[in-house]
Amino acid sequence: MTLALARVDDRLIHGQVVIGWGRPLGASFIVLVDEAVRASEWEQELYRLAAPPEVEVIFASVEEAAAALPAWLARPDRGILLTADVATMVALQAASGGRLEAVNLGGIHHRPGRTQRLPWVYLSDEEYERLQALAAAGVRVTAQDVPATSAVPLESLR
Amino acid sequence: MSDPLIGVVVCHRELASALVGAAEEISGVRGALVPVSNTGCDRGDLEERVREAIGGRPAVVFVDMPSGSCLIATLQRLRGHPEAAAVTGVNLAMLLDFLFHRDLPPAEAAGRAVNVGTRAIRVPA
Repeated sequence: MTLALARVDDRLIHGQVVIGWGRPLGASFIVLVDEAVRASEWEQELYRLAAPPEVEVIFASVEEAAAALPAWLARPDRGILLTADVATMVALQAASGGRLEAVNLGGIHHRPGRTQRLPWVYLSDEEYERLQALAAAGVRVTAQDVPATSAVPLESLR
Repeated sequence: MSDPLIGVVVCHRELASALVGAAEEISGVRGALVPVSNTGCDRGDLEERVREAIGGRPAVVFVDMPSGSCLIATLQRLRGHPEAAAVTGVNLAMLLDFLFHRDLPPAEAAGRAVNVGTRAIRVPA
């Protein structure tokens, strides 16, 4: 069934992902694309703790994820792909030759230079422009914290 | 004798404030529990909130879920911190007992909290 969700969420694996999205989607694997977590066995153990035991957690760098993306997309079960920031998701999309069809914006919290777009989404102008470029290339970009709420289109976050 | 333990309660939304308020109201002990909410912060911000709440004191950190952002931030903060221990699945019973056993070493207090909290979960006859 492929990757059912590609999400930018700076908390990575947490309740909204595992319970809010993971259960209704029937996700049996989570791909966490983050250079810092990929480099730290200890942090990987922490994030494994955050997922139900029956859910496989795969840690990857952007380069590794780009190479493995076709295989994940071809898997018969459903998965969720996570990055902690817009830049990593954009880099993955570029490195994989544009394999992602949709990107979901989850929790992206305040940082200097970012402005509030939704109560749980803060973006810098540069991040917004990068997302616009994704959308212009045909990727469906929306913000949606959990499936029970409505997806907010990118243009509403301007 | 070392300082008595501080209890830091780390939960989603306003749950920690509610638990701390209830524990203080029932026990009459104030200032020994510090609530931390994960609202509006990413991983780094939440870890910083936990650090500020501990304030370098010996502590037990009570977390709501056995997984997720609150636990991850707590464990990242407690790494290499022998004067603090973490407990998941916080409930009011364990907090009330903790308030009267703050002279224990952190690991022992954490183990006690798990026992008390677990015993509080039952189907009443």
